[in-house]
Amino acid sequence: MIEETLIPKIGVITDIRKDTPDVKTFRVVGTDGAKLFEHMPGQCAMVSVPGVGECMFSITSSPTNKEYMEFSIKKCGCVTEVLHALEVGAYVTVRGPYGRNFPVEEDFKGKDLLFIAGGIGLAPLRSVINYVRHYRENYGKVVIVYGARSMDDLVDFDEIKTEWMNEKNFEVYLTIDRPQEGWDGHVGFVPAYVKELGLDPNMTAVLCGPPIMIKFTLAGLLELGFDKSRVFTTLELRMKCGVGKCGRCNVGDKFVCKDGPVFRMTELDELPDEY
Amino acid sequence: MLRIAKEKLNALYAKINESMGLFIPVKRAGEVNYEIWKEGKEVSLETLKTVKSPKNMFFPSTENMMKFKTEGKALEIVDVRDEKKPFVLFGVKACDYKAIEVLDKVFLADPVDTFYQARREATTIVTLACSRPEESCFCGVFGIDATSPLGDATSWLDESYLYVQANTEKGEALIALIKEFVEEGGDAEVKAQQEKTTEILKKLPFAQLDLSRFKPENLNELFEAPQWEELSEACLGCGTCTFVCPTCQCFDIRDFKTHDGVIRYRCWDSCMYSDFTLMAHGNSRTTQMQRFRQRFMHKLVYYPSQNDGLYSCVGCGRCVNKCPQNLNIVKVIKTLGGKKND
Amino acid sequence: MRDIELKMIERAKALLESGEVARVVGWKKGEFYFDPMPAVFETVEELNDFVYNSFCGANLSKYLIKVSKNPGKTAIFLKPCDSFSLNQLFKEHRVIRENIYVIAIECQGKLSVEKMKKLGVSAITEVNENGEEIVVSSLYGETKFSRDEVLLGKCETCKSKVHQVKDEEIILREMQAGKKDRFEDVEKLEAMSEEERFTFWREQLSKCIRCNACRNVCPACSCMKCVFDNPASGIAAKANDDKFEEQLFHIIRAFHVAGRCTDCGECSRVCPQGIPLHLLNRKFIKDIDGLYGEYQAGETAEGKTPLTSYNEEDGEPSDVFKGEEK
Repeated sequence: MIEETLIPKIGVITDIRKDTPDVKTFRVVGTDGAKLFEHMPGQCAMVSVPGVGECMFSITSSPTNKEYMEFSIKKCGCVTEVLHALEVGAYVTVRGPYGRNFPVEEDFKGKDLLFIAGGIGLAPLRSVINYVRHYRENYGKVVIVYGARSMDDLVDFDEIKTEWMNEKNFEVYLTIDRPQEGWDGHVGFVPAYVKELGLDPNMTAVLCGPPIMIKFTLAGLLELGFDKSRVFTTLELRMKCGVGKCGRCNVGDKFVCKDGPVFRMTELDELPDEY
Repeated sequence: MLRIAKEKLNALYAKINESMGLFIPVKRAGEVNYEIWKEGKEVSLETLKTVKSPKNMFFPSTENMMKFKTEGKALEIVDVRDEKKPFVLFGVKACDYKAIEVLDKVFLADPVDTFYQARREATTIVTLACSRPEESCFCGVFGIDATSPLGDATSWLDESYLYVQANTEKGEALIALIKEFVEEGGDAEVKAQQEKTTEILKKLPFAQLDLSRFKPENLNELFEAPQWEELSEACLGCGTCTFVCPTCQCFDIRDFKTHDGVIRYRCWDSCMYSDFTLMAHGNSRTTQMQRFRQRFMHKLVYYPSQNDGLYSCVGCGRCVNKCPQNLNIVKVIKTLGGKKND
Repeated sequence: MRDIELKMIERAKALLESGEVARVVGWKKGEFYFDPMPAVFETVEELNDFVYNSFCGANLSKYLIKVSKNPGKTAIFLKPCDSFSLNQLFKEHRVIRENIYVIAIECQGKLSVEKMKKLGVSAITEVNENGEEIVVSSLYGETKFSRDEVLLGKCETCKSKVHQVKDEEIILREMQAGKKDRFEDVEKLEAMSEEERFTFWREQLSKCIRCNACRNVCPACSCMKCVFDNPASGIAAKANDDKFEEQLFHIIRAFHVAGRCTDCGECSRVCPQGIPLHLLNRKFIKDIDGLYGEYQAGETAEGKTPLTSYNEEDGEPSDVFKGEEK
């Protein structure tokens, strides 16, 4: 077969983890049991259930995992609904990796890192956080601020509690929108929490979450003295091809699939406000 | 220069058709579009503008990309790409030829689109110079010379002859194939026709459109221009401009369930459509103004910004002729393109 | 025409200045004389670009669905045929009568540049109307046409010169109804053998590029979400998947507007491939007339329609079939 990026590879789901009431994490390998392809943190892949459709998802597992890939997927549309109904052993198709990754080997190296996520926004960050854990000596302090609607909506809560919170030089701050029985942690929205925490503005920050959270959190960070050129985020728009040809995921002259999904805040400032 | 008597053209088409497919402007139910040639079809080289551009020879309005077969849980992908037989695309005008260059930069950019590439490589393109440009033509604005298009071979047509000249090896091979029909001659006739056409081209009403403001550095300023509201006011949100445009290349990928598995196909799509950017959790372009702006910003600013200043409009004027409500890129250029338009 | 245009501008100006209406829907100048475009005028200054001439073929009524949702009254200039469409939109509650001020305008039949081009004219620089004579200047010379020769298809069979709804009128001359019988072409199709008719439609519909211009311009196609755009419908499609699909699209559309189509002819006017789509609708109109009694959609803004009411004399579906056999 002549290689064609639009023709996917076949993947088998080997594990499904129900993270929250509407988020499941799918573990996928090739039909030969091996990992489908290599990627870098922040890159995406097109996952499809033939007959239903194909959608772009962030690869949530770290590239350092050489055995499989994981996708944390929120149920919110036609394709994700069908994906959520699948069982272990089901076949899907996967193609990628697509897009520009987080600059883990460039800008991030040697820096103190701040990760701020809201809800399913943790998905793309999980890949980079675990990458940083794997190459721990290459990076400085890591601060994670993660918020969700409720305790049950915190994606990967187990991993956060058992692994991230115990990692050397890691600070993890969790918050939920409203008080809840069994929760003795912080309550409140992410942007406000970020300001309360009085974070060190010399950190390199990565934001991921709903647009409204990004907007207010960014404002908060700027107030704290963060430099926009050291704040990164990811964008999400409708995609079909994943390689900058089908023409629908552009913001100005940039295609999110190809030139993103990772953008530096200063880059976004130069683009029209249409995302 | 070589020439072929007009009355021999049908025999010439038949000759080409013996060894290669031949796509040529054909009149069907009153309209002229590129079609595969067959004995008895009404070829119309004289038609200045086919309704659809020849882009669908490389980028068809629908094409099957792959097939999925399931057996139990197992899934198999069937490659449906077949070997593309060589074919000749005959009668391509200068604007449409330039449009192929615009498409190439999208589909042949890494990662190469093998569906497009296979057709592109299988084609010998014979262009046809224009001799009767019309009021909606403005290819000259994009530096295109309608009187001497390139391609593998160039041809010129007058009342008596089709004149032809090879430009590439593929073109030479085609001329070798049809050598029984050609004779030397035509330099003077072609030159005279070119001069006459050049004079008309200069007089065309849109010959002097000013594009100077469409530069990457003006991207945000143009995006924010208040005139988009008025320019797009009457837009029906149909895809006519998109589908008759020789450079529009947006596509959708869809699955189609058949009794024998799932077919994944792609089809033309239009940024003018409301569901173009629709996602489960929202839409980045909710108004027709935003969609309209996207189309023209893409052609005049975004695409050039990514492709060394090459515009994604070739001035064919099809949208000028075909928009149901007479909106078009000329109005956009005149409104936003630069001072000289005033 | 110029005298009517001036009167229309005068009225639009007065209506805007007095605040009686918040906006006026009409046409504004294009690049040439023959390419005016629909426009909404909200200020007197904007009226500088107002135009009304023989190329204002567009039916403006559908714009009211969107435009009239804005606060204040909307005035609209309507030709007789367009007034049927607006009435139908009133009937279907897509547009509210109280929000609209209708100015009925004269129409002597609109012209088609496409037709002129098909008759060999190109590089048109100017069109002058000299009563029945149309003088077209181009870079290749001058051509004269009679108005009848270059009438828009829909105007050849003009069904009525009587406005069905109006608040005032600007009519200076008597208007001529169409010279050609509206059902002549339908009868020709009916006279064909099944095979001939199938071939005719297959040839025509195979040109379709699914641009949706016919649907988007159609005042009867006013669904909030078209079934063909709805992924949940199972038949959502963009480009045609196969020959069957383009037939399916047009036939379903014709069925969907049956009994509601006023025969405004916009579908055929806007089709970039010159498909005579109006013939599908007109066949329905003819059959409805035959089966349930003469009915013209858009004649009234109220009341039942043949396909939304029942009486015992109504033809059975089998009669429809028999009708074909005759």
